[in-house]
Amino acid sequence: MSARPAAARAGGTAGDAVGGRGGGRARGRSGERTVSVLRRTAIAFFAAVTVLPFLYMLLLSVKPVEQLLADPGGLWPREATWSTYRDVLLPASSGGQGFLRMLGNSALVSLAAVALALLAAVPGAYAVARLRFFGRRRVGVLFLALYLFPATLLAVPLFVIFARLGLQGSLGGLAVVYVAQTVPVSVHMLRNYFATVPRGVEEAAALDGCSRPQTVCRVVLPLAAPSLAATGLYVFVIAWNEFLFALLFLVAEPGKWTVSLGLQQLAGGVEVPKTVLMAGSVVLTVPVVVLFLAAERLLAEGLTSGADRG
Amino acid sequence: MSTVRRAVGRRRPPTLAARENRAGLAFVSPTVAVVAAVVLLPVVWTAVLAFQDARLADIQETDLLSGWTLENFRRVFAAPGFWPSLWTTLFYAVGGTAGSILLGLAAALALRRPFRGRGLLRGAMLLPYVAPVVAVAFVWEVALSPQYGVVNEWGARLPGWDAPVPFLSSRSHGVSVLGAQFEVPLALLTVVAFEVWRYFPFAFLFLLARLQAVPRELEEAATVDGAGPAQRLRYVLLPQLMPVIALLAVLRFIMTFNKFDDVYLLTGGGAGTDVVAVRVYDFLTARYDVGAAAAQALVLAAVLMLLLGLYFGFFADRAEDEA
Repeated sequence: MSARPAAARAGGTAGDAVGGRGGGRARGRSGERTVSVLRRTAIAFFAAVTVLPFLYMLLLSVKPVEQLLADPGGLWPREATWSTYRDVLLPASSGGQGFLRMLGNSALVSLAAVALALLAAVPGAYAVARLRFFGRRRVGVLFLALYLFPATLLAVPLFVIFARLGLQGSLGGLAVVYVAQTVPVSVHMLRNYFATVPRGVEEAAALDGCSRPQTVCRVVLPLAAPSLAATGLYVFVIAWNEFLFALLFLVAEPGKWTVSLGLQQLAGGVEVPKTVLMAGSVVLTVPVVVLFLAAERLLAEGLTSGADRG
Repeated sequence: MSTVRRAVGRRRPPTLAARENRAGLAFVSPTVAVVAAVVLLPVVWTAVLAFQDARLADIQETDLLSGWTLENFRRVFAAPGFWPSLWTTLFYAVGGTAGSILLGLAAALALRRPFRGRGLLRGAMLLPYVAPVVAVAFVWEVALSPQYGVVNEWGARLPGWDAPVPFLSSRSHGVSVLGAQFEVPLALLTVVAFEVWRYFPFAFLFLLARLQAVPRELEEAATVDGAGPAQRLRYVLLPQLMPVIALLAVLRFIMTFNKFDDVYLLTGGGAGTDVVAVRVYDFLTARYDVGAAAAQALVLAAVLMLLLGLYFGFFADRAEDEA
């Protein structure tokens, strides 16, 4: 009640101060209205630019290709077809594009990268978060600085090393590259979480006779499960979406293509209809988006259940 | 008092601190070893390769420490289109960075207050960022196609859009605005737009988190003092957001400056979008010229360092001025 007149008075004096260009209060209210309109417009704009491209992808993937060529502007397919998905998933021997196999390759590389990256990142993150040792701060800074190293600097020597070791065309080699790209950020993510695990819990475990590695495995890691999941998800998404190194190492071996590489290679040609490739894009996109949405909920649950455990 | 404590500490063999130090080193060394093997070593080797005459075919015979030469750098600087490509990279990085931060800021401001469906929209806004680049680049390519793309089909209904526009293959495109003719680097602007679209969610996430931490009282006080929405944004919110914006600017600039996939997938580096990262790839795969590729990558990194140095120097000066 009392704030309103005060605001009006203050607005009035401000208005007078700038030369009496109308009442400050009236101007303020029309300003708020403009902002409200602007906000609605912005919300509609952002909803459109983020959702429409994906809707376009979905709609084209079930559209017969003749319809696309005859009427590129008509988005809604008059009759939907699922044959595009059959075409893109079936192996080449059955007349398809072999995406099922590529999905397998992508999953294999990504999961291997997740396992290796976590294995490599957990000890370092724990040490930097919890243990006072010589050079601790420098190591922490080093990991962050590595995040900024451009992939192009890594690409040349890795290309050469792999050619030399005969690892070109090996999915295992590719997984190692993805570990290189994700370990710095993984350390950073995990370390922030490890720092929040109460010291008392660890001290209790130590009093019960746990060694340091046992404490980490049995006490800290279970408590940090949500952050392990988040970090694993980060590595998975990077590995699943990666394109440059897959192109450098695997392009000569179609049997080992990841989905990203396969889609790009086929999109360059004219033989495969665009609608079939749209089905391929959907197949490539869906796992990442589903994982991402599922993990959002998992992370929220993990955090709250951690809270009442103390 | 302190001598007593020190004496007691020394008597217990080995001290807690010493044990912790040893445990810390033991825990951190595997991670450091992995990072050294897969990140540091390759980067050092890039620097070595850049000064050697190395082709992939005879890489077996070259050893690490002989045959030093500056020939690779001469080739890189003398190659046609080196300087234009550097400018293109700079334009791409600045445009992509500024655009994605501005759009992210607008999105964060719009989604600041609760409304129905906000959670859903928030999730959807992250789609361009998490979706695989190959898939979204393909969607853009199809949507922008002059033959079967929806953008040209619908755009043709607008006045002044007479012929299909080849967004991704036109180096410079004549545009007339109010009777004046302009030439715009259309393909380059399109890849910048793609970059902005793909990375504004990243800025949005950071900025929204910071916005929600701004105390309400600050804005209420400004309102009471008669500040309009624009003034509150300029004098209350932006100063609060500035550190995050500066951080985002550095992060996004570094990432965009080195970007390869997005440009390569959309245009293959043609039509005036020849960024330096794509040139590295071309040296490496089209000519198997490992030395030149390494030298080109090194030049790119050096330019980036220089720009970052200038940026931080500039901000350090400004901070001193304000103090």
